Amino acid sequence: MEKAIRRYAPIFIIPTFAAFAIGFIVPFLMGLWLSLCDFTTVTDAKYVGFSNYVKALTDPVFRHAFWFTAAFAVVSLAVINVIAFAIAMALTRKLRGTNLFRTVFFMPNLIGGIVLGYIWQLIFNGILAHFNAALALSEKYGFWGLVILVAWQQIGYMMIIYIAGLQAIPGELNEAAAIDGASGWQKLWKVTLPMMMPAITICTFLSITNGFKLFDQNLSLTAGEPAQMSEMLALNIYNTFYSRVGWEGVGQAKAVIFFLLVVAIGLVQLKVTRSKEVQQ
Amino acid sequence: MGTGFFTVVSLVYIAPIVIVLFNSFKSKIFINMEPFKLPGADTYVGLQNYANAITKYDFLKAVGWTLFITVFSVLAILICTSMFAWYITRVHTRFTKLAYILCVFSMVVPFQMVMFTLSLVTDRLGLNTPWGLVVIYLGFGAGLSVFMFCGFVKAIPIEIEEAALIDGCSPLQTFFSVVLPIMKPTYISVGILETMWIWNDFLLPYLTLNTNKYKTIAIVVQYMKGSYGRVDMGAIMAALIMAVIPVIVFYLSCQKYIIKGVAAGAVKG
Repeated sequence: MEKAIRRYAPIFIIPTFAAFAIGFIVPFLMGLWLSLCDFTTVTDAKYVGFSNYVKALTDPVFRHAFWFTAAFAVVSLAVINVIAFAIAMALTRKLRGTNLFRTVFFMPNLIGGIVLGYIWQLIFNGILAHFNAALALSEKYGFWGLVILVAWQQIGYMMIIYIAGLQAIPGELNEAAAIDGASGWQKLWKVTLPMMMPAITICTFLSITNGFKLFDQNLSLTAGEPAQMSEMLALNIYNTFYSRVGWEGVGQAKAVIFFLLVVAIGLVQLKVTRSKEVQQ
Repeated sequence: MGTGFFTVVSLVYIAPIVIVLFNSFKSKIFINMEPFKLPGADTYVGLQNYANAITKYDFLKAVGWTLFITVFSVLAILICTSMFAWYITRVHTRFTKLAYILCVFSMVVPFQMVMFTLSLVTDRLGLNTPWGLVVIYLGFGAGLSVFMFCGFVKAIPIEIEEAALIDGCSPLQTFFSVVLPIMKPTYISVGILETMWIWNDFLLPYLTLNTNKYKTIAIVVQYMKGSYGRVDMGAIMAALIMAVIPVIVFYLSCQKYIIKGVAAGAVKG
């Protein structure tokens, strides 16, 4: 059968692969190469070794963006997943109106990052104005504003995944535990959570990678104000490319570092949670 | 935690959108000062903000382009990547294995890694139009779709396809008459995930499109907010609502499929 299919390879392969090459492979390889160059366009690129990387790693704003982003990713991961899990547990108990609540909680996920940021900017500035403050005056407002905004956007998404996971747990397990005299908490820790590890793996992976890669909401809610102190990594890289001349090489080096960081975090997180998964 | 509790939480949950909604009916000067006040006799301006957003900022044209780009990109992705995924799953060569690995790899790469070079490539190849963007989204979105389609192709019993081929169908006919119908749920799941991404995407179109001629919804909202000194908060509120309405309509009509698609996408991950 394979032989028959192989003769049709061009039709099946070429459209996707050509687009993939143009849209991903070529830009990726170019990016790797250009991170080692000083350039403004491709044609005037001058090889400069690792000096871009040195400049990137010693850039205090970049380092601040790293810590801000890391803190944000961890905090938002905790907030989103604990709340989403709790809501999922409540909604799988045949509450009246569950479908309606599910609809409402998921809806923010469909709204774009830029639009979301400006909706919440109006609200936060409106609240802060009563205290003579504003989002742009302190990065602490920006930090918590982003946490609230992203939680509002993501809780519904993770909730759906947790609900699917909870519904897949065989009822007999919890019943057997109850017969054995297990309390509610014990059932949660010894039965529910281990069975939910695959869902927890996925949700924590998505939360932490989304948190690290956040851009649109950052740009619209705070644009990095004040003085780039609420700039997250992705926004910092963008600004390095586009708001200063002559720093394109450093920007590309930062992008490579960013990429390695996201991959490393993803791998570590997967390893930690996969090792806790119960064999189904 | 009962129904009453969740009813209150739900109301708080949709409050942000409701707040923007009634601000969109207020005159622009009064929005920043008192965002939580309902429109009163002196601040109510009817649909003026909506009219401004449409005429001054060509909002409806942006909706049109966003629709165009999203629909055609999603169609291209669905058709091309499903065929690609079927091929690399059924044919076992080093190339097909490498292709799969590259697709999975591309899912982890953050956009910042390729954004600058992608805009250079797009410019050089003249792809900075909505049509060109369809190609870019196919290329950039291929990773996730191929990954998901491969997962579902593996679950199809190969005997059905072999039977079709023995009966004289070409691989193309086999794909379209046997494989595609079985994978309908997958098409819906992938389609919805890709639609959600592309419709709301800001940075990719912003950096690749010739934004003087073509703007998407996200781009026009950002543009409206960025006009230093001439920011029209009223028009922006109206624009935010107009940006959210198609999303809500789409969501309410396809809710079941969307939620199923999200769960399916995550499980395969």
